[in-house]
Amino acid sequence: MGIFLVYFGYFFVTIGAIFLFLGALGIYRMPDLYTRLQAGTKASTLGAMSLILGVAFLEPDWWIKLIIMILFIAFSNPLSSHAIARGSYKHNLKPFSKEQIDAYEEVEESKEEQE
Amino acid sequence: MKNKAQKWGRFLYTWLILMIVWYSYTVSLASAELITGIIVTGLIAALNFTSFTHYGFSLFHPRRILYILQFSFVFLVALVKSNIQVAKIVINPKLPVNPGIVKFKTTLKSDFAKMVLANTITLTPGTLTVDLIGDEFYIHWLNMTSHDEAAIYEDIAADFEKVLIKIFDK
Amino acid sequence: MLFEDYFNLVIMAIISLAFLLGMVRFFKGPTASDRVVALDTISTLAIAAMVYMAHIFGRFIYIDVSLVYAVLGFIGVLAFARYLEGGI
Repeated sequence: MGIFLVYFGYFFVTIGAIFLFLGALGIYRMPDLYTRLQAGTKASTLGAMSLILGVAFLEPDWWIKLIIMILFIAFSNPLSSHAIARGSYKHNLKPFSKEQIDAYEEVEESKEEQE
Repeated sequence: MKNKAQKWGRFLYTWLILMIVWYSYTVSLASAELITGIIVTGLIAALNFTSFTHYGFSLFHPRRILYILQFSFVFLVALVKSNIQVAKIVINPKLPVNPGIVKFKTTLKSDFAKMVLANTITLTPGTLTVDLIGDEFYIHWLNMTSHDEAAIYEDIAADFEKVLIKIFDK
Repeated sequence: MLFEDYFNLVIMAIISLAFLLGMVRFFKGPTASDRVVALDTISTLAIAAMVYMAHIFGRFIYIDVSLVYAVLGFIGVLAFARYLEGGI
């Protein structure tokens, strides 16, 4: 049974490392802030979660704290990326869009008119 | 299922959750650690339980637990599937993205359910919640496939909402 | 060297490459928000790397360090987002 746990661990660690790399590649290649947020923070979230799960298989004594870490990453990363996206939009950073579709624009304009 | 739990129930629920977190940080059963933990988490729970939870122990209703398990399954499948999609886009030398911000109306009623839906949408790559005003979600979409509001709703949120309605709004 | 050592080496090499890409974006990024996004990704990478190093060296204490780092990074990003919105 123990050897199977180790194989599971190696599998999840490999998947995690690959997704971490793809997330960083997304950060490097994407054209603007919002797409970078998309590719970067989330692929790296799945990568980190998977890698930590793999370590939990490799070191079964540590699993309580590792599960807490996975939960913390799963809750905090979407919050922080959402906060950056909203803050940047309010800071007048317009998203790049080929088809010029931006439903959020009207909300911001109506707010400015009120002020 | 009752939605609004009693005050003391919510307080005890918050205390229990914080105590579990405390135990998993310290991983020791020494009496000094436990007593400190009980005092500290009790204080924090007493100050914060009103904003921490509206449901209390009614979240542990067996039917809800089953639906929560179903939701985690739906969520995990969506997470892996869409991560692979985004990975394909990133590897592709042409970088085929078509981003834009779209909006749709949700049918969920409670604030907590909306929050869970927003976080879920953010965690599945390809979509990112920019803002939530009343019933309207504003979503940054990496690869738009349609401009129609109903189709957008069907593509992004319908699968999660079906389960979330069963958990929180019944 | 055992298979395990080669495996650890390859994983750490992949993570370091990712670090490098994040760093390039951090120094290049046209706006401040881009740099913060890069920093957020780098801190996620650092957490993962620390947890894996805890496994390599067999030291439980590194996991505590990475947990504290995760909390601090999260608060930092939130503070920056508040600043962008004009809250601070």
